[in-house]
Amino acid sequence: MVLEVSEEDMSWFKRNKEGITTSTKEKKETPEGLWQKCSNCKTLFTVEDLVKNNWVCDRCSNHERIGSEQYFKILFDEGKYTELNEKLTSGDPLNFEDTKKYIDRVKATQKATGLTDAIRTVVGKLDGHDFVVAAMDFSFIGGSLGSVMGEKIARAIDEAIKIKAPFMIVSKSGGARMMEAGFSLMQMAKVSGKLGQLAEAKLPYISFLTDPTTGGVTASFAMLGDLNIAEPEALIAFAGPRVVRETIGRDLPDGFQTSEFVLEHGFLDYIVDRTNLKETLGKSLKFFRK
Amino acid sequence: MAIYLDFEEPIKALEEQIEQTKEIGVNTNIDMNDKVQELESKLVETTKSIFANLTPWQRVQMSRHPDRPYTLAYIDAVSNGTFQELHGDRSVKDDKAMVGGFGLLDGRSVMFIGQQKGINTKMRQYRNFGMPNPEGYRKALRLMKLAEKFNKPIVTFIDTPGAFPGLEAEERGQGEAIARNIYEMMRLKVPVICIIIGEGASGGALGIGVGDKVVMLENTWYSVISPESCSSILWRSWDFKEKAAEALKLTSTDMKALKLVDDVIKEPINGAHRAQTEIFETVKNSIKKYLEELDQIEPSKRINERIEKFSSMGVWK
Ligand SMILES: [Zn+2]
Repeated sequence: MVLEVSEEDMSWFKRNKEGITTSTKEKKETPEGLWQKCSNCKTLFTVEDLVKNNWVCDRCSNHERIGSEQYFKILFDEGKYTELNEKLTSGDPLNFEDTKKYIDRVKATQKATGLTDAIRTVVGKLDGHDFVVAAMDFSFIGGSLGSVMGEKIARAIDEAIKIKAPFMIVSKSGGARMMEAGFSLMQMAKVSGKLGQLAEAKLPYISFLTDPTTGGVTASFAMLGDLNIAEPEALIAFAGPRVVRETIGRDLPDGFQTSEFVLEHGFLDYIVDRTNLKETLGKSLKFFRK
Repeated sequence: MAIYLDFEEPIKALEEQIEQTKEIGVNTNIDMNDKVQELESKLVETTKSIFANLTPWQRVQMSRHPDRPYTLAYIDAVSNGTFQELHGDRSVKDDKAMVGGFGLLDGRSVMFIGQQKGINTKMRQYRNFGMPNPEGYRKALRLMKLAEKFNKPIVTFIDTPGAFPGLEAEERGQGEAIARNIYEMMRLKVPVICIIIGEGASGGALGIGVGDKVVMLENTWYSVISPESCSSILWRSWDFKEKAAEALKLTSTDMKALKLVDDVIKEPINGAHRAQTEIFETVKNSIKKYLEELDQIEPSKRINERIEKFSSMGVWK
């Protein structure tokens, strides 16, 4: 698990060096407005068109990596929602310092992203029914799981129980946040305990796995949904591809650790194209109500 | 022959000196008792001073000491040789990196489970270096459910460098297996005691690590990542493992101070492996003490307290 965190964290470092996301680099201002290239087939789209198409390329159906805000806009009726505990932010329980102080890393990331941590929790309506959703932001230290993420999810579950609403986590994470060490690890147990309470209240929990979902997130709440659903072609892994390759000493088979692979091995209920997300999810949630 | 870590060299030197002095005494018929006594008290002092000031990295070295007792040795001693191993996950295979079964603790049935490392080169391969596959975690869960069904307490021994990151492990859902265990352990109706006896590496450890009492032997580590991997990721080099070990606050005393584990079990001054009978006795007494305490609590209350304990972990503003 840990090793996967490492890999994802590295890709986060790379990303961070280039700017917040690769898409920022590929954004271009033109007289007609903001344009962006599909990160896969490089077709140029207006951002307006991408938003309309839920950030899916209509040429190659590549799903661009998006953040919590975009998911909320896609999921909720009229794109409206109320955020819970938005001010919650990292402490530095270990006074952690590697090449940089953890606290400075958090501050710099907050400044660069405008986010407080790697997850946002909200309540809104889907098809007219209350729905509590927690969605991660990969741009914030690789969507890593730390105390804030654990506590925000715990409180969101309390809210779901209070208002008797279904609950969903949109996972997009490299795994545990190393700079919170033992605290980070225990968040896996903490959230699992809270999910048990949600189950006792007979409220459905949907785990929605998006690219990438790895490490400690996969080894806890992302795999514990009443329904585990995923976006197409997302990387879903416990140990990341580099680590597995080094372990077995040969190349990995095509499509290894993709959503399609994980579905085929029996760990997902279905894969859903982002353009059909709201409709498909609405249909699933209806079965729990009727 | 005993194996010495680099920082134990002065101890090794003194022990050898004592042996030589005794030999001279025997061979030459000269009374060397005073000299031997002097050396022995020097040995006690040296041992004390070395082990009173171990760095976090040295604790990690201790936790991996090849002479350290592993899970089966503890189970065998604690159950006074009554342990009967139970195999298999009833689905794919029997994982040799995870062992489990019933044993009697002073006449009472207890389910013992733990990661098992190999005691020599051949066995290390056989035990996959204590790195379970999903089948290991599923076997552990099967045995925990068996214990719960017949109202027997569960004791787990944690000693793993991590869950195995292999291709089949991924195919068969390593993440799901660990996740399921964490979720189910949180809700077990019987008392659960988890003891870190060596390495407690991340999710691979937590997969059998959710309990009413989670305790660490003194010279063990428990964290989200090993110091070596942490060094390679955050410092982009393998050379900062000592620094990483410090930063991670992974020692038993740090983890207890941070309230991430419930207790620390003291080891013999120079480590569990140098006085095995003693550590087995200490561990057995600790388990009995914890069980006595946990037996007093109603199952539903015990579960709530377990959930509460983990829910309170975390620091935020
Ligand atoms: Zn495209």
